[in-house]
Amino acid sequence: MNRIVEVSGLTKVFDNHKTAVDAISFEMFEGEILGLIGPNGAGKTTTLQMLLGLTTPTSGKVRIFGLDIDTDREEILSQVNFSSSYISLPYSLTVEENLTVFSRLYSVKNYKDRIAELLRIFEIEDIRRTPTRRLSSGQITRVCLCKALLNSPRVLFLDEPTASLDPDIADKTRRLLKQIRGEHGLSILYTSHNMKEMEEMCDRVIFMDRGRIIAMGAPESVMREWKGKDLEEVFLKIARPGE
Amino acid sequence: MKSLQRILAYTVRHLYLYRRSMPRLMEVFYWPVLDLLLWGFVTVYLSRQSGAVPHFVTFFLGALILWDILFRSQQGISVSFLEDVWSRNLLNIFVSPMSATEYILSLLFLSVIKLLLTSAVMVTLAWLLYSFNIFTLGLSLVPLIINLVVMGWAVGIITTALILRFGQEAEVLAWGVALFFQPVSAVFYPVAVLPWYLKVVADYVPASHVFEGMRMVVAGEGLPMDELAWAAGLNVVYMLLSILFFYWNFKVVKRKGLLVKVGE
Repeated sequence: MNRIVEVSGLTKVFDNHKTAVDAISFEMFEGEILGLIGPNGAGKTTTLQMLLGLTTPTSGKVRIFGLDIDTDREEILSQVNFSSSYISLPYSLTVEENLTVFSRLYSVKNYKDRIAELLRIFEIEDIRRTPTRRLSSGQITRVCLCKALLNSPRVLFLDEPTASLDPDIADKTRRLLKQIRGEHGLSILYTSHNMKEMEEMCDRVIFMDRGRIIAMGAPESVMREWKGKDLEEVFLKIARPGE
Repeated sequence: MKSLQRILAYTVRHLYLYRRSMPRLMEVFYWPVLDLLLWGFVTVYLSRQSGAVPHFVTFFLGALILWDILFRSQQGISVSFLEDVWSRNLLNIFVSPMSATEYILSLLFLSVIKLLLTSAVMVTLAWLLYSFNIFTLGLSLVPLIINLVVMGWAVGIITTALILRFGQEAEVLAWGVALFFQPVSAVFYPVAVLPWYLKVVADYVPASHVFEGMRMVVAGEGLPMDELAWAAGLNVVYMLLSILFFYWNFKVVKRKGLLVKVGE
Protein backbone atom coordinates (compact mmCIF):
# COMPACT_ATOMS: atom_id res chain seq x y z
CA MET A 1 0.00 0.00 0.00
CA ASN A 2 1.12 3.54 -0.72
CA ARG A 3 2.24 5.64 2.19
CA ILE A 4 0.24 8.86 2.15
CA VAL A 5 1.25 10.46 5.43
CA GLU A 6 4.63 9.98 7.11
CA VAL A 7 5.25 11.43 10.54
CA SER A 8 8.64 11.05 12.16
CA GLY A 9 9.83 12.31 15.54
CA LEU A 10 7.08 14.91 15.63
CA THR A 11 7.37 17.01 18.79
CA LYS A 12 5.63 20.08 20.10
CA VAL A 13 6.82 21.89 23.19
CA PHE A 14 4.87 25.06 23.91
CA ASP A 15 6.39 28.24 25.36
CA ASN A 16 5.32 27.23 28.86
CA HIS A 17 7.62 24.17 28.44
CA LYS A 18 4.61 21.87 28.28
CA THR A 19 5.31 18.99 25.93
CA ALA A 20 2.07 18.44 24.03
CA VAL A 21 3.44 15.93 21.53
CA ASP A 22 6.56 13.93 22.30
CA ALA A 23 8.54 12.51 19.37
CA ILE A 24 5.75 10.53 17.74
CA SER A 25 6.21 8.62 14.50
CA PHE A 26 3.59 6.88 12.42
CA GLU A 27 2.45 6.32 8.86
CA MET A 28 -0.87 6.34 7.15
CA PHE A 29 -1.61 4.37 4.00
CA GLU A 30 -3.77 4.97 0.99
CA GLY A 31 -7.38 4.04 1.65
CA GLU A 32 -6.79 3.56 5.37
CA ILE A 33 -8.94 4.89 8.20
CA LEU A 34 -6.59 5.65 11.05
CA GLY A 35 -8.02 6.55 14.46
CA LEU A 36 -6.33 8.88 16.91
CA ILE A 37 -7.50 8.06 20.42
CA GLY A 38 -6.58 9.39 23.84
CA PRO A 39 -7.79 11.26 26.89
CA ASN A 40 -8.18 15.04 26.86
CA GLY A 41 -4.74 16.64 26.68
CA ALA A 42 -3.19 13.54 25.10
CA GLY A 43 -1.95 15.59 22.12
CA LYS A 44 -4.40 14.44 19.42
CA THR A 45 -5.57 17.90 18.43
CA THR A 46 -2.05 19.35 18.44
CA THR A 47 -0.94 16.46 16.22
CA LEU A 48 -3.80 17.15 13.82
CA GLN A 49 -2.93 20.87 13.78
CA MET A 50 0.69 20.13 12.96
CA LEU A 51 -0.34 17.79 10.14
CA LEU A 52 -2.48 20.58 8.68
CA GLY A 53 0.23 23.22 9.08
CA LEU A 54 -1.77 25.23 11.61
CA THR A 55 0.82 24.78 14.36
CA THR A 56 4.57 24.72 13.81
CA PRO A 57 6.29 21.63 15.22
CA THR A 58 9.23 22.10 17.58
CA SER A 59 10.99 19.27 15.79
CA GLY A 60 10.27 16.30 13.58
CA LYS A 61 8.91 15.89 10.09
CA VAL A 62 5.50 15.65 8.46
CA ARG A 63 5.32 14.50 4.87
CA ILE A 64 2.04 14.18 3.01
CA PHE A 65 2.15 12.62 -0.49
CA GLY A 66 5.94 12.79 0.00
CA LEU A 67 5.77 16.59 0.24
CA ASP A 68 6.64 18.95 3.07
CA ILE A 69 3.76 21.00 4.48
CA ASP A 70 6.05 24.03 4.98
CA THR A 71 7.31 24.22 1.42
CA ASP A 72 4.46 22.58 -0.55
CA ARG A 73 1.53 23.88 1.45
CA GLU A 74 -0.72 24.75 -1.52
CA GLU A 75 -0.16 21.45 -3.31
CA ILE A 76 -0.86 19.43 -0.16
CA LEU A 77 -3.86 21.41 1.07
CA SER A 78 -5.58 21.32 -2.31
CA GLN A 79 -5.70 17.51 -1.96
CA VAL A 80 -6.69 17.23 1.68
CA ASN A 81 -9.57 18.59 3.73
CA PHE A 82 -10.66 18.93 7.32
CA SER A 83 -13.82 18.95 9.34
CA SER A 84 -14.44 19.33 13.02
CA SER A 85 -17.57 19.64 15.08
CA TYR A 86 -15.85 22.59 16.79
CA ILE A 87 -15.63 24.86 13.77
CA SER A 88 -18.44 26.33 11.77
CA LEU A 89 -19.22 28.21 8.59
CA PRO A 90 -20.29 31.84 8.09
CA TYR A 91 -23.75 32.03 9.68
CA SER A 92 -25.32 34.59 7.37
CA LEU A 93 -24.58 32.66 4.19
CA THR A 94 -26.89 29.95 2.94
CA VAL A 95 -25.63 26.38 2.72
CA GLU A 96 -25.26 26.70 -1.04
CA GLU A 97 -23.39 30.02 -0.79
CA ASN A 98 -20.97 28.60 1.76
CA LEU A 99 -20.27 25.55 -0.36
CA THR A 100 -19.85 27.73 -3.46
CA VAL A 101 -17.24 29.89 -1.70
CA PHE A 102 -15.26 26.84 -0.58
CA SER A 103 -15.59 25.17 -3.98
CA ARG A 104 -13.87 28.17 -5.47
CA LEU A 105 -11.23 28.30 -2.73
CA TYR A 106 -10.40 24.70 -3.66
CA SER A 107 -10.73 25.36 -7.42
CA VAL A 108 -13.37 22.63 -7.78
CA LYS A 109 -14.41 22.04 -11.39
CA ASN A 110 -18.15 21.79 -12.12
CA TYR A 111 -18.74 22.89 -8.55
CA LYS A 112 -22.52 23.27 -8.92
CA ASP A 113 -22.86 19.58 -9.81
CA ARG A 114 -20.48 18.60 -7.01
CA ILE A 115 -22.45 20.61 -4.44
CA ALA A 116 -25.74 19.07 -5.63
CA GLU A 117 -24.22 15.58 -5.44
CA LEU A 118 -22.94 16.07 -1.87
CA LEU A 119 -26.16 17.62 -0.63
CA ARG A 120 -27.99 14.60 -2.02
CA ILE A 121 -25.55 12.14 -0.46
CA PHE A 122 -25.90 13.77 2.97
CA GLU A 123 -29.69 14.10 2.53
CA ILE A 124 -29.73 17.86 3.06
CA GLU A 125 -30.92 19.07 -0.34
CA ASP A 126 -33.91 20.72 1.34
CA ILE A 127 -31.72 23.17 3.28
CA ARG A 128 -29.55 24.35 0.40
CA ARG A 129 -31.05 27.84 0.50
CA THR A 130 -31.28 28.06 4.30
CA PRO A 131 -28.92 30.47 6.08
CA THR A 132 -26.43 28.47 8.15
CA ARG A 133 -27.52 30.22 11.36
CA ARG A 134 -30.94 28.54 11.13
CA LEU A 135 -29.51 25.02 10.99
CA SER A 136 -29.38 22.55 13.86
CA SER A 137 -25.91 21.51 15.04
CA GLY A 138 -26.37 18.15 13.30
CA GLN A 139 -27.20 19.88 10.02
CA ILE A 140 -24.17 22.17 10.38
CA THR A 141 -21.97 19.11 10.92
CA ARG A 142 -23.29 17.55 7.73
CA VAL A 143 -22.75 20.78 5.78
CA CYS A 144 -19.18 20.90 7.15
CA LEU A 145 -18.68 17.31 5.96
CA CYS A 146 -19.96 18.35 2.52
CA LYS A 147 -17.40 21.17 2.60
CA ALA A 148 -14.72 18.64 3.57
CA LEU A 149 -15.53 16.43 0.57
CA LEU A 150 -15.96 19.20 -2.01
CA ASN A 151 -12.47 18.87 -3.46
CA SER A 152 -12.62 15.03 -3.53
CA PRO A 153 -9.69 14.95 -1.11
CA ARG A 154 -7.14 12.14 -1.02
CA VAL A 155 -6.81 12.58 2.76
CA LEU A 156 -9.50 13.72 5.14
CA PHE A 157 -8.80 14.89 8.69
CA LEU A 158 -11.86 14.53 10.87
CA ASP A 159 -11.92 15.81 14.43
CA GLU A 160 -14.89 14.21 16.22
CA PRO A 161 -17.08 14.45 13.13
CA THR A 162 -20.12 12.77 14.65
CA ALA A 163 -20.02 14.51 18.07
CA SER A 164 -23.23 16.48 17.52
CA LEU A 165 -25.14 14.00 15.40
CA ASP A 166 -28.05 11.87 16.55
CA PRO A 167 -27.42 8.08 16.40
CA ASP A 168 -29.29 7.70 13.11
CA ILE A 169 -27.39 10.45 11.25
CA ALA A 170 -24.11 9.45 12.94
CA ASP A 171 -24.57 5.91 11.66
CA LYS A 172 -25.41 7.14 8.15
CA THR A 173 -22.35 9.41 8.21
CA ARG A 174 -20.05 6.56 9.21
CA ARG A 175 -21.46 4.31 6.47
CA LEU A 176 -21.06 7.11 3.98
CA LEU A 177 -17.45 7.76 4.90
CA LYS A 178 -16.69 4.05 4.61
CA GLN A 179 -18.45 3.92 1.27
CA ILE A 180 -16.47 6.91 -0.07
CA ARG A 181 -13.28 5.33 1.23
CA GLY A 182 -14.16 2.12 -0.61
CA GLU A 183 -15.05 3.87 -3.86
CA HIS A 184 -12.31 6.47 -4.01
CA GLY A 185 -9.48 5.11 -1.87
CA LEU A 186 -9.83 8.07 0.50
CA SER A 187 -7.56 8.00 3.56
CA ILE A 188 -9.08 9.31 6.78
CA LEU A 189 -7.43 10.37 10.02
CA TYR A 190 -10.20 10.22 12.56
CA THR A 191 -10.47 11.37 16.16
CA SER A 192 -13.39 10.57 18.41
CA HIS A 193 -14.14 9.86 22.05
CA ASN A 194 -16.70 7.31 20.98
CA MET A 195 -14.75 4.05 21.28
CA LYS A 196 -17.44 1.92 19.64
CA GLU A 197 -17.28 4.23 16.65
CA MET A 198 -13.50 3.87 16.51
CA GLU A 199 -13.77 0.08 16.59
CA GLU A 200 -16.30 0.17 13.80
CA MET A 201 -14.54 2.72 11.61
CA CYS A 202 -10.80 2.31 11.94
CA ASP A 203 -8.42 -0.12 10.24
CA ARG A 204 -5.79 0.88 12.78
CA VAL A 205 -5.82 3.05 15.89
CA ILE A 206 -3.14 5.06 17.63
CA PHE A 207 -3.53 5.47 21.39
CA MET A 208 -1.92 8.65 22.69
CA ASP A 209 -1.34 9.72 26.26
CA ARG A 210 0.59 12.77 27.48
CA GLY A 211 1.94 13.40 24.02
CA ARG A 212 3.24 9.88 23.43
CA ILE A 213 2.05 6.94 21.40
CA ILE A 214 1.14 4.21 23.87
CA ALA A 215 -0.23 1.68 21.43
CA MET A 216 -0.73 1.36 17.71
CA GLY A 217 -2.29 -1.30 15.52
CA ALA A 218 -5.56 -2.83 14.40
CA PRO A 219 -8.26 -2.39 17.09
CA GLU A 220 -8.33 -6.18 17.78
CA SER A 221 -4.56 -6.39 18.27
CA VAL A 222 -4.55 -3.33 20.57
CA MET A 223 -7.35 -4.91 22.62
CA ARG A 224 -5.38 -8.15 22.80
CA GLU A 225 -2.18 -6.38 23.78
CA TRP A 226 -3.90 -4.38 26.55
CA LYS A 227 -6.16 -7.25 27.62
CA GLY A 228 -9.33 -5.27 27.14
CA LYS A 229 -12.60 -6.66 25.87
CA ASP A 230 -13.13 -3.50 23.81
CA LEU A 231 -11.39 -0.18 23.06
CA GLU A 232 -13.31 1.54 25.83
CA GLU A 233 -11.73 -0.77 28.40
CA VAL A 234 -8.31 -0.17 26.86
CA PHE A 235 -8.99 3.58 26.98
CA LEU A 236 -9.83 3.41 30.69
CA LYS A 237 -6.72 1.36 31.42
CA ILE A 238 -4.60 4.00 29.69
CA ALA A 239 -6.43 6.97 31.22
CA ARG A 240 -6.36 5.48 34.77
CA PRO A 241 -3.05 3.65 34.97
CA GLY A 242 -3.06 3.27 38.76
CA GLU A 243 -6.45 1.55 39.03
CA MET B 1 -4.69 32.18 -11.76
CA LYS B 2 -5.77 29.95 -8.88
CA SER B 3 -4.57 32.66 -6.51
CA LEU B 4 -6.84 35.21 -8.15
CA GLN B 5 -9.72 32.74 -8.05
CA ARG B 6 -9.23 32.29 -4.29
CA ILE B 7 -9.06 36.05 -3.71
CA LEU B 8 -12.29 36.50 -5.66
CA ALA B 9 -13.93 33.58 -3.83
CA TYR B 10 -13.17 35.19 -0.50
CA THR B 11 -14.51 38.53 -1.75
CA VAL B 12 -17.71 36.83 -2.92
CA ARG B 13 -18.09 35.32 0.57
CA HIS B 14 -18.29 38.87 1.99
CA LEU B 15 -20.54 40.18 -0.76
CA TYR B 16 -22.99 37.35 0.04
CA LEU B 17 -22.80 38.42 3.67
CA TYR B 18 -23.59 42.06 2.99
CA ARG B 19 -26.33 41.21 0.53
CA ARG B 20 -28.10 39.25 3.23
CA SER B 21 -27.43 41.20 6.40
CA MET B 22 -29.10 44.52 7.12
CA PRO B 23 -27.04 45.23 10.31
CA ARG B 24 -23.82 44.82 8.30
CA LEU B 25 -25.07 47.10 5.57
CA MET B 26 -25.89 49.63 8.28
CA GLU B 27 -22.34 49.39 9.55
CA VAL B 28 -21.13 50.49 6.12
CA PHE B 29 -23.64 53.32 5.70
CA TYR B 30 -25.15 54.25 9.09
CA TRP B 31 -22.17 55.82 10.89
CA PRO B 32 -20.80 57.76 7.93
CA VAL B 33 -24.25 59.16 7.14
CA LEU B 34 -24.86 60.05 10.78
CA ASP B 35 -21.46 61.78 10.97
CA LEU B 36 -22.21 63.71 7.85
CA LEU B 37 -25.62 64.83 9.08
CA LEU B 38 -24.41 65.87 12.53
CA TRP B 39 -21.15 67.57 11.63
CA GLY B 40 -22.50 68.89 8.36
CA PHE B 41 -25.18 70.94 10.08
CA VAL B 42 -22.74 72.08 12.78
CA THR B 43 -20.46 73.25 9.97
CA VAL B 44 -23.25 75.10 8.19
CA TYR B 45 -24.23 76.81 11.45
CA LEU B 46 -20.67 77.86 12.33
CA SER B 47 -19.95 79.07 8.81
CA ARG B 48 -22.82 81.57 9.17
CA GLN B 49 -21.32 83.14 12.29
CA SER B 50 -19.35 86.33 11.87
CA GLY B 51 -15.61 85.87 11.69
CA ALA B 52 -15.88 82.32 10.34
CA VAL B 53 -12.79 80.95 8.63
CA PRO B 54 -13.01 81.35 4.82
CA HIS B 55 -13.88 78.10 3.00
CA PHE B 56 -15.05 76.75 6.38
CA VAL B 57 -17.61 74.34 4.90
CA THR B 58 -15.13 72.98 2.38
CA PHE B 59 -12.42 72.58 5.02
CA PHE B 60 -14.66 70.79 7.42
CA LEU B 61 -16.79 68.61 5.16
CA GLY B 62 -13.80 67.75 3.00
CA ALA B 63 -11.88 66.71 6.09
CA LEU B 64 -14.84 64.70 7.37
CA ILE B 65 -15.19 62.74 4.11
CA LEU B 66 -11.45 62.19 3.77
CA TRP B 67 -11.10 61.03 7.38
CA ASP B 68 -13.88 58.56 6.77
CA ILE B 69 -11.92 57.18 3.82
CA LEU B 70 -9.01 56.39 6.13
CA PHE B 71 -11.26 54.97 8.83
CA ARG B 72 -13.27 52.80 6.40
CA SER B 73 -10.20 51.41 4.66
CA GLN B 74 -8.87 50.32 8.07
CA GLN B 75 -12.24 48.87 9.07
CA GLY B 76 -12.61 47.13 5.73
CA ILE B 77 -9.66 44.98 6.74
CA SER B 78 -10.13 44.54 10.50
CA VAL B 79 -13.89 43.97 10.52
CA SER B 80 -13.77 41.57 7.55
CA PHE B 81 -11.19 39.54 9.47
CA LEU B 82 -13.39 39.65 12.57
CA GLU B 83 -16.27 38.22 10.52
CA ASP B 84 -14.20 35.03 10.15
CA VAL B 85 -13.38 35.02 13.86
CA TRP B 86 -17.02 35.49 14.88
CA SER B 87 -18.25 32.72 12.59
CA ARG B 88 -15.44 30.31 13.67
CA ASN B 89 -14.43 30.11 10.04
CA LEU B 90 -10.73 30.98 10.27
CA LEU B 91 -9.62 27.35 10.42
CA ASN B 92 -11.62 26.52 7.31
CA ILE B 93 -9.73 29.29 5.53
CA PHE B 94 -6.27 28.34 6.78
CA VAL B 95 -6.65 24.63 6.03
CA SER B 96 -7.63 25.53 2.48
CA PRO B 97 -4.98 26.24 -0.17
CA MET B 98 -5.49 29.97 0.43
CA SER B 99 -2.24 31.49 1.69
CA ALA B 100 -1.83 34.24 4.27
CA THR B 101 -0.75 36.58 1.47
CA GLU B 102 -3.87 35.82 -0.56
CA TYR B 103 -5.94 36.35 2.58
CA ILE B 104 -4.41 39.80 3.16
CA LEU B 105 -4.85 40.73 -0.51
CA SER B 106 -8.52 39.71 -0.27
CA LEU B 107 -8.96 41.94 2.77
CA LEU B 108 -7.37 44.88 0.91
CA PHE B 109 -9.64 44.29 -2.08
CA LEU B 110 -12.68 44.11 0.19
CA SER B 111 -11.73 47.33 1.91
CA VAL B 112 -11.65 49.11 -1.46
CA ILE B 113 -15.13 47.82 -2.32
CA LYS B 114 -16.57 48.92 1.03
CA LEU B 115 -14.80 52.24 0.74
CA LEU B 116 -16.24 52.93 -2.70
CA LEU B 117 -19.75 52.18 -1.44
CA THR B 118 -19.45 54.36 1.66
CA SER B 119 -17.75 57.22 -0.14
CA ALA B 120 -20.33 57.25 -2.90
CA VAL B 121 -23.10 57.65 -0.32
CA MET B 122 -21.25 60.35 1.63
CA VAL B 123 -20.23 62.37 -1.41
CA THR B 124 -23.77 62.26 -2.80
CA LEU B 125 -25.33 63.25 0.53
CA ALA B 126 -22.86 66.11 1.05
CA TRP B 127 -23.74 67.42 -2.38
CA LEU B 128 -27.51 67.07 -1.84
CA LEU B 129 -27.63 68.48 1.70
CA TYR B 130 -24.89 71.09 1.74
CA SER B 131 -24.19 71.70 -1.96
CA PHE B 132 -20.67 70.55 -1.19
CA ASN B 133 -18.85 68.98 -4.09
CA ILE B 134 -15.65 67.31 -2.97
CA PHE B 135 -14.56 67.05 -6.61
CA THR B 136 -13.87 70.80 -6.57
CA LEU B 137 -10.55 69.67 -5.08
CA GLY B 138 -9.85 68.41 -8.58
CA LEU B 139 -7.12 65.94 -9.42
CA SER B 140 -5.38 66.77 -6.13
CA LEU B 141 -7.99 64.53 -4.57
CA VAL B 142 -6.43 61.40 -6.10
CA PRO B 143 -3.04 61.42 -4.33
CA LEU B 144 -4.68 62.59 -1.09
CA ILE B 145 -7.14 59.67 -1.16
CA ILE B 146 -4.50 57.10 -2.13
CA ASN B 147 -2.36 58.16 0.83
CA LEU B 148 -5.26 57.93 3.26
CA VAL B 149 -6.28 54.50 1.95
CA VAL B 150 -2.74 53.16 2.30
CA MET B 151 -2.44 54.51 5.85
CA GLY B 152 -5.81 52.90 6.65
CA TRP B 153 -4.52 49.60 5.25
CA ALA B 154 -1.35 49.76 7.34
CA VAL B 155 -3.37 50.42 10.51
CA GLY B 156 -5.86 47.68 9.53
CA ILE B 157 -3.16 45.08 8.95
CA ILE B 158 -1.51 45.87 12.31
CA THR B 159 -4.89 45.67 14.06
CA THR B 160 -5.63 42.33 12.40
CA ALA B 161 -2.23 40.97 13.44
CA LEU B 162 -2.89 42.02 17.05
CA ILE B 163 -6.33 40.37 17.10
CA LEU B 164 -4.79 37.22 15.64
CA ARG B 165 -2.15 37.28 18.36
CA PHE B 166 -4.27 38.25 21.38
CA GLY B 167 -7.61 36.74 20.37
CA GLN B 168 -11.10 38.09 20.38
CA GLU B 169 -10.60 40.16 23.52
CA ALA B 170 -8.48 42.48 21.36
CA GLU B 171 -11.32 43.06 18.90
CA VAL B 172 -12.02 46.52 20.35
CA LEU B 173 -8.84 47.58 18.52
CA ALA B 174 -10.73 47.25 15.24
CA TRP B 175 -12.77 50.31 16.20
CA GLY B 176 -10.29 52.19 18.36
CA VAL B 177 -6.88 52.18 16.70
CA ALA B 178 -7.61 54.55 13.80
CA LEU B 179 -9.30 57.03 16.17
CA PHE B 180 -6.10 57.01 18.23
CA PHE B 181 -4.38 58.76 15.30
CA GLN B 182 -7.12 61.33 14.76
CA PRO B 183 -5.87 64.07 17.14
CA VAL B 184 -2.38 64.03 15.61
CA SER B 185 -3.71 63.72 12.07
CA ALA B 186 -4.87 67.36 12.29
CA VAL B 187 -8.07 66.46 10.48
CA PHE B 188 -10.15 69.51 11.42
CA TYR B 189 -7.41 71.97 12.44
CA PRO B 190 -3.92 72.82 11.24
CA VAL B 191 -0.90 71.08 12.74
CA ALA B 192 0.21 74.54 13.94
CA VAL B 193 -2.36 74.49 16.77
CA LEU B 194 -0.83 71.36 18.31
CA PRO B 195 1.62 71.64 21.21
CA TRP B 196 5.25 71.11 20.12
CA TYR B 197 5.46 67.49 21.29
CA LEU B 198 2.34 66.51 19.34
CA LYS B 199 3.68 68.38 16.31
CA VAL B 200 6.66 66.04 16.41
CA VAL B 201 4.32 63.04 16.47
CA ALA B 202 2.14 64.54 13.72
CA ASP B 203 5.21 64.83 11.47
CA TYR B 204 5.37 61.04 11.41
CA VAL B 205 1.66 60.50 10.73
CA PRO B 206 0.96 60.40 6.96
CA ALA B 207 -2.61 61.65 7.45
CA SER B 208 -1.43 64.95 9.01
CA HIS B 209 0.44 65.74 5.78
CA VAL B 210 -2.61 64.80 3.73
CA PHE B 211 -4.91 67.11 5.69
CA GLU B 212 -2.41 69.95 5.63
CA GLY B 213 -2.24 69.42 1.88
CA MET B 214 -6.01 69.40 1.58
CA ARG B 215 -6.31 72.72 3.41
CA MET B 216 -3.73 74.30 1.14
CA VAL B 217 -5.57 73.08 -1.95
CA VAL B 218 -8.86 74.48 -0.62
CA ALA B 219 -7.15 77.82 0.12
CA GLY B 220 -6.07 77.90 -3.52
CA GLU B 221 -2.37 77.43 -2.81
CA GLY B 222 -2.10 74.30 -4.96
CA LEU B 223 -1.05 70.81 -3.95
CA PRO B 224 2.04 70.98 -1.74
CA MET B 225 4.37 68.37 -3.17
CA ASP B 226 6.56 68.29 -0.06
CA GLU B 227 3.61 67.31 2.14
CA LEU B 228 2.57 64.72 -0.41
CA ALA B 229 6.07 63.28 -0.63
CA TRP B 230 6.27 63.03 3.16
CA ALA B 231 2.92 61.24 3.33
CA ALA B 232 3.85 58.84 0.52
CA GLY B 233 7.29 58.09 1.99
CA LEU B 234 5.87 57.42 5.45
CA ASN B 235 3.12 55.27 3.97
CA VAL B 236 5.59 53.09 2.09
CA VAL B 237 7.56 52.54 5.30
CA TYR B 238 4.46 51.88 7.45
CA MET B 239 2.89 49.55 4.88
CA LEU B 240 6.08 47.48 4.71
CA LEU B 241 6.37 47.44 8.50
CA SER B 242 2.72 46.44 8.91
CA ILE B 243 3.14 43.53 6.46
CA LEU B 244 6.31 42.38 8.23
CA PHE B 245 4.50 42.70 11.58
CA PHE B 246 1.62 40.58 10.27
CA TYR B 247 3.90 37.79 9.00
CA TRP B 248 5.96 37.82 12.18
CA ASN B 249 2.77 37.59 14.25
CA PHE B 250 1.39 34.83 12.02
CA LYS B 251 4.57 32.87 12.63
CA VAL B 252 4.36 33.44 16.40
CA VAL B 253 0.68 32.45 16.44
CA LYS B 254 1.50 29.20 14.60
CA ARG B 255 4.42 28.49 16.93
CA LYS B 256 2.24 29.06 20.00
CA GLY B 257 -0.65 27.04 18.52
CA LEU B 258 -2.97 30.02 18.84
CA LEU B 259 -4.46 29.97 15.35
CA VAL B 260 -6.99 27.38 16.40
CA LYS B 261 -7.92 29.39 19.49
CA VAL B 262 -8.81 32.68 17.78
CA GLY B 263 -12.54 33.03 18.14
CA GLU B 264 -12.91 30.78 21.13
